[in-house]
Parts: sequence; C-alpha cells; structure tokens
Amino acid sequence: MKTHVLFNLFATFLLADGLNIEDSAGQFFSSGHTNNWAVLVCTSRFWFNYRHVANTLSVYRSVKRLGIPDSHIVLMLADDMACNHRNPKPATVFSHKNMELNVYGDDVEVDYRGYEVTVENFLRVLTGRLPPSTPRSKRLLSDDRSNILIYLTGHGGNGFLKFQDSEEISNVELADAFEQMWQKRRYNELLFIIDTCQGASMYERFYSPNLMALASSQVGEDSLSHQPDLAIGVHLMDRYTFYLLEFLEDIHPASKANMNDLFKVCPKSQCVSTPGHRTDLFLRDPGSVLITDFFGSVRKVEITTEAIDLTDPIKEVEERPANGDIHKEMHSYVDQLPVSEIIHQKPKQKDWHPPDGFILGLWTLILLVFFQTYGVKHLRHIF
Amino acid sequence: MGLLSDPNRRRALINLLTRLNAPICGMPVEWLVKTMQARGLEVYTQRFSRTLPFPDENKERYMVKGTNVYGILRAPRAPRTEALVLSAPCTPGDNNNQAVGLLLGLAQYFRNQIYWAKDIIFLVNDHDLIGMQAWLEGYHHTNTTGMDWSPLQGRGGSIQAALSLELSSDVVTSMDLVLEGLNGQLPNLDLANLFYAFCQKIGVLCTIQGKLQRNDWDSVSGYSHAVQTMMLMVMKQASGRPWGDHGLFLRYHIEAATIKGINSFRQYKTDATTIGRLLEGMYRKLNNLLERLHQSYFFYLMPSLSHFVSIGYYMPAFGLLAVILLLRALDLWVQLATPPPTTEDGIADIDPGVLSVLTPLVISHLTGAALYMLPIRFQEMAVEHFPVSETEAVVLTAIAVYTAGLALPHNTHRLLSGEGTEQGWRVLKLVALLYLAVLLGCTALINFSLGFILALTLVPGAAFVTPHVPKVLSAFVLVILSPACTLLFSVFFFQELQEMPVSFLDGWLLYLSVISQGILDHFLYGSLVYPLIALLVYPCWLLFWNILFWK
Repeated sequence: MKTHVLFNLFATFLLADGLNIEDSAGQFFSSGHTNNWAVLVCTSRFWFNYRHVANTLSVYRSVKRLGIPDSHIVLMLADDMACNHRNPKPATVFSHKNMELNVYGDDVEVDYRGYEVTVENFLRVLTGRLPPSTPRSKRLLSDDRSNILIYLTGHGGNGFLKFQDSEEISNVELADAFEQMWQKRRYNELLFIIDTCQGASMYERFYSPNLMALASSQVGEDSLSHQPDLAIGVHLMDRYTFYLLEFLEDIHPASKANMNDLFKVCPKSQCVSTPGHRTDLFLRDPGSVLITDFFGSVRKVEITTEAIDLTDPIKEVEERPANGDIHKEMHSYVDQLPVSEIIHQKPKQKDWHPPDGFILGLWTLILLVFFQTYGVKHLRHIF
Repeated sequence: MGLLSDPNRRRALINLLTRLNAPICGMPVEWLVKTMQARGLEVYTQRFSRTLPFPDENKERYMVKGTNVYGILRAPRAPRTEALVLSAPCTPGDNNNQAVGLLLGLAQYFRNQIYWAKDIIFLVNDHDLIGMQAWLEGYHHTNTTGMDWSPLQGRGGSIQAALSLELSSDVVTSMDLVLEGLNGQLPNLDLANLFYAFCQKIGVLCTIQGKLQRNDWDSVSGYSHAVQTMMLMVMKQASGRPWGDHGLFLRYHIEAATIKGINSFRQYKTDATTIGRLLEGMYRKLNNLLERLHQSYFFYLMPSLSHFVSIGYYMPAFGLLAVILLLRALDLWVQLATPPPTTEDGIADIDPGVLSVLTPLVISHLTGAALYMLPIRFQEMAVEHFPVSETEAVVLTAIAVYTAGLALPHNTHRLLSGEGTEQGWRVLKLVALLYLAVLLGCTALINFSLGFILALTLVPGAAFVTPHVPKVLSAFVLVILSPACTLLFSVFFFQELQEMPVSFLDGWLLYLSVISQGILDHFLYGSLVYPLIALLVYPCWLLFWNILFWK
C-alpha cells in the first residue's frame, strides 16, 4: 500500500518535472561558456621565493579539485622548490605552517618549468602563436566559448611584473595580449587574478571586453607574505592567496557562490594591503557570475528520461540583472566594442610644473644681473 | 627542532669537550683524522713548513712545521660548487680545545641534516695564522708568501663564507665578534648584522671590541663609550694585521669573521649548546644564500654592534685633510709662477727646475729602502757584535736606520744643486706635498684608518714646514709627528682604550714587539703596512725634514 503511494507520488513528480524540461533547457546556455581553461604562472625563482610557487600550486590544486583537468591547465613554475637542495622536506611544497598541506602531491603536472617560464613563452601561450612542434600540454587551446582563469604571482611593481629576475612584462603588453585573444576569439570570458606588490597597476590598461580582474594590492602598496615556517626557513604563502585558498576550500562544484563573495576575500584587516578589482569591462553583472564559472569545470547535467524536442531554437532564459536599470547588450565578435564609453579612467593627476619658458627666462635674468653687476671683464677670469 | 635537543647528542658533545680539556702536546692529527672520519666527513691533511725571517718572540716560534686537518661534509643533493668553512685554530696546550670540540659536535649534527646546499669544510689549522695561510694558498693555488706546503687532496668548490671559532674556556658569558682582517679589510656588514641578529634571537650577550653595547646614546658617557669602541676599531684596522684567523680569508673575497667566547665572570653563563645553536642558525642562513654577501657595506666603522658609520660619512673628513695639502701646493705653484725679485747684485737666481729635487728624492728613497732591507739582512751581523737576540736586533736596526735618516740634511748638502735658493725648497715642497697627498689618498682607499691616522699627524707638519720657521721647535714637532712616534703614541693610546694602561717601560717593550710583529706580518702574510711606512711614508717625511733644514 505504501509503495503504491510512493510510486504514485514519484510518477507525478517526474511528470511534473518532465513538463518543465523543455522550458528549463534554455537555462543550460545562460552562462555562455562550454569549457574552462586555467593558466597559472609563478614568475620567481630562487629559494626565498618559495611562497610564489606555493601560491601557484595552491590555486592549481583548487582548480583541479573543482573539475578542470590537467589537459586544460597550463601550469608555469619558474623554479623547482620541491627538489631544491635547501628544502628540508624534499619533494614537498607546503602551503601552511606546521606542514599541514602539501600542495605538491603526486599528480602535479608542470607544463612550463624553470627557464622556460619567460615573458615570450607566456605571451605565446596566451595568443596561441606557438611553433608547430609544441606539444598539446603546452598550448592554450581555447575557443570562443572558453572561460579562462589567469593567475599570476611573483614580484611586481607599478606597471610591471618581473619574470625570473631578468625581464619584465608590462601592463600594456598584457592588455595587448588580451586584445589579441579577443580578436582571435580565444576566450568567452576571462578572469585575471594577480598577487604581487602593486598588483592593481597590471589591470589598469585592459581594454578588451569580458575581462574581470582582481589584484592583491593597490598601486603604492606592497602585498605581504603570510607566515614563515621555522623548520623550512622561508615564508610559505602570500596573504591574499592564503585567504583566497581558504575561500576556495569552501567551494564545491555545485556551490552557488558568486564573484561578489570573491571580491570580499582578504579585507584590509587581514591582508594589510587593499585588494582591488575591476569589472567595468565585464558585461555580465558580477553578482550573477558563479565562482565555478572560472575556477571549476562544471557541466550542467540534468538527468531526465523524457525526450526533448530540440528542433525549434531554444529561447535563452535571460536573468534579469539585480539592479534592473541598465540592460547591457551581449556583444558578439563582429560588433566593435565602444571601449571609450565603457572604460572610465580617472584622469591622472599630473604634478604641476612651471612652464619651460619661465625657467629659461628666470635663468637669463639671473645671468644678466650677474654680468651687469660684476662687469664683463671678469668673464676672462672664468674662462 | 634544532641542535642538541636530543639528550644523547648533548651527552656526546659534553664527552668530547671534557676529553679535550686534557692537555695535548702538539696537534693530535691522528686522533682528529679518526674522529672526523667517524663522523662521516671526508678527511684530508696538509703539511706545511716555514722558517720565519727572525724568531717570533710573542709566539715563541722560528722554524714552524705543522699539519692542518680538514674534513669536508658534502652536501647531500647539491653539486660541489660552493662551500662554507668553519675553522678553529688548534694550538698546543688547551688554548682552543673547546672550539675544536664544538666544531666536531657541530660536524656530527650537520652530517645528519639534508638541507645543505653547499659543502661545509671543518678546518682545524695548526699554528693559527701560518697554518691558515698555508691552507688558503693551497686551496686557491697561489703562493704569495714563499711558504712550503703540500698540495690539498680534497677541495670543495668556491668558498662563500667562513667563520673562525676561538673558545678558550668552557664557561662563556659573552661572544665577541672580530671583524678586522689583513690590511684593514673588513667583511661585508651583513655578516656582522647576521651575527648580532642571531645573538639577540637566542639571547646570548654579544660584544664588539670586547665592549658591551649601551642604550644611552644621548648622554655624554654613552657617547664617549661609543667613540672609544670606534677608536679601538680604528686602531685595530690601522695596524693592518689580521686579528683573527678570518683575516686571511678576506683577500680572496670570502666574507669571514672570528667569534670569540669570553668569560667575564658574569652571573649568567651560556653553555656550549647555546653557542652550537647560534652557529647552526648562522650556517643555515649562509646556506640559504644564493650569491656571495655583497648587498651591504664593505667599508664601515662600528661604534657598537647596532650602529655603523659608512664610508660616505667618514671619507669627507679625510678629504678635507687632503685638501689642505692640495691648497698649499696650489699656493706654492702660484708663488713659483710669479717671477722672483732680482737680487742685489743683479744676478737673477738660477731657476733650479724640477731636476734639482731629484737628489733629495733619491736619497730619501734610498734611506727608505735601507729601512726596509737592512734590518733583516744584517741581523746575523748585529747578533755577532751586540748581545741581543735576533728579534731585538731587527727592531733596533730599524730604529737605528730611522734615526740615522734624521741626520741626512746635514750630510747631503754638498750633493744638492740649487742649494741656498728660495726656489729650491719651494719646488721640493711642492713635489713633496703632491707626493704626500697621493700617498695618503691611496692609503685611505685601501685602509682608511691607517690613511686617516697618517693624515692627522703628517698633514699639519707638511703644510707648515718651511726653512724659515724656528728650527728647534719645529724639528721637535716634526719628529713627534713622524710615523715612528705616531706608532709609539698609538701603542699607549690603544692600551688606554682597552682599559689596560701600561707604564712607560712596558709600553716601550710593547712598541718594540709591535714593530717586530709588523715586519713579520709583512713576510708571513703579505701585510702592506711595513713596506708602506718604510718605502713610501718615511721617505716622504724625510723630504719635509730636508726642507726644514734647507740652507
């Protein structure tokens, strides 16, 4: 008797659900991306930059856990900390003191290692201009439906990031690289995270659409490291990435956390520096963007026994933006993005200099007075 | 974590130290080789021998023969390209036995760690500085001092840093840091800062020049304490001798310092375990280095362990002194350029030209060369004729030649052309002033303290001496300001600064021993103070003496 009731309930439930499948089919394509890629770069070498490698490996670990496979991750590490002669625990890279979390593990796949991590290789990976002999694991094979996560860490300054203690990439180069990616339809949306000193300067120059950027510190601020480990003898993580990792540990593939939560990671009280973000080039509302859109590779799967008729075009279910006032159009490739309308850049405050002519005139006056007072005959003594 | 937290290891170290307390005759080479091998090091020995130019009375040695023993701890995973050195001089008797014991204990502890990226060489050198010189020359394949040594069988790559230990008693209340090396060279300031930082971290009392740091910088007594500490450093640097075994490493661009354990009978005593932890920490820090220490200053003076005076501050003081000489030279140049008034008989003075100064120059330098060479050459003859030992013979010959030089102006007038001219002494003084300025400048660049002390004493005399000043008074002043008397006063001043003032007789004997040590340092290690004074500064001073007695 009971089973009958249950069966009936189940059947009605399915039936009711089945009636909505076709409607909800439209929801499947609301985010616009079909695959996820991640490019994780650590640009520093030397033993005392252990924390940069640990940063990158922590993000790698989170990204893998949330579903992006190694074939879709390009991991670039500039130095080998696990096998460094100074590592008292060889084959490990710890991200938490007291050696709680070994982020090196057994299944780390490093694509660019050591001296292969250069500005040229990084830009070639982004733009896809690699020699034909490059193996697949070293390529970013994204298409126009890929969401890409780019994470950079190392030593940086106002407008540049240092690679390997010998060269730099500037924010202008980076912005141009992203523009090349946009024009070659190599991404659908791109999330750029940078954890260096004065990191916000690196995203100042972006001008391509669908870019969202986060940085660990503003211009003029230094990003600080989190904690030293007394047994290993170096700092293990940077603060911003440490709290980012803590935040990501709570994210699972089905979580609905959105970008606004990510912007709140590591406030000034914890990070000492002020993290910044930039969303004016991003055409969706950040509150509607899930963390897993970039950090995980989440396939929307819904099991149904019904057959769905897909002959008619599916109507996309558009989510109303939260504030509801401005409805941004979805731009496709062929439409040129009116960049100047979107980018609001504060005019840089220039230091006031007196005009050049004024200084010249002032010196001429001084010289004239001098020679008049002392007479021209004294010129002989000087020359 | 850390050295000797394991009670077994602590016991082993204490055993070693108590064993070494027993007096040992000569260097226990076989025992050291066996012990180091038991600890898993690659052990090698080096024999060396050297006959000193004359017996060394301070250390009572003349024909020195010895053996250095060193063990190399290879880095477990690194290529053998870089090395660190920990050394302890071993002398007969129980002078430094604690240091050797600590060295062996540390060797055993270090051998069990896997985080070494550089080879560590544990060196026990015989006859302190002579053995160290032999080892360094063998390691770097140079032979600058004519020593006889057997080539080294084992090497460890280029040495990045070195520490030398001197621990004489097993009760230590403070650790003293010695920085001054050969020819006044100093290690990078980062090494001193590293030592001080670790001392503070572990809680060991640290001193420099044997003086504790004071906190009251604003008060007069605190300031004078700091000045005293700095003056001690100036004196030690000016002497140009290596004040610890580390002093010989510096010329190979290896940053090195000596750490001495001092027992000053305080209440709070440090034990060997703490010193071991201090050294372990320092070596781990040096191990993590990727390049040689070069980020901080190489030229500095330290009034205390946490303060330093960099070259940018003290060089202008010297520059101002040198400018006095240049201004006086400019003044003489202008005087020489204006034509002289004709004399009563209408014959103009003969313009002597620059060649006339050649004679005093040559004679002064010959005297200087005599001062350099005669004492060593004629020591046997002196010993035959006078009842003195060789060392005394050398020193007294040196003083005799120096004093003989004072009589030169009376005896060489015949040879001087342009004698009796006003122009003559002006030209000579111009040349002498420029010579002195260049000499002092070069000396100050290499060894600032020596250059500054010489400048302080020589510049006033050089600037004011003319044939027309009162002869007796200025002769007295010039002799007081001559290098030999400066050295005499420095000896007394140094003893005062160290709070061990000496009577005049003791001071005189100390002065004689200082001269003999200076000559020995030159022949044994290549110290430049003795040839500088004998061959360059003394002739320059003689030129001014000549000017004073110009007829």
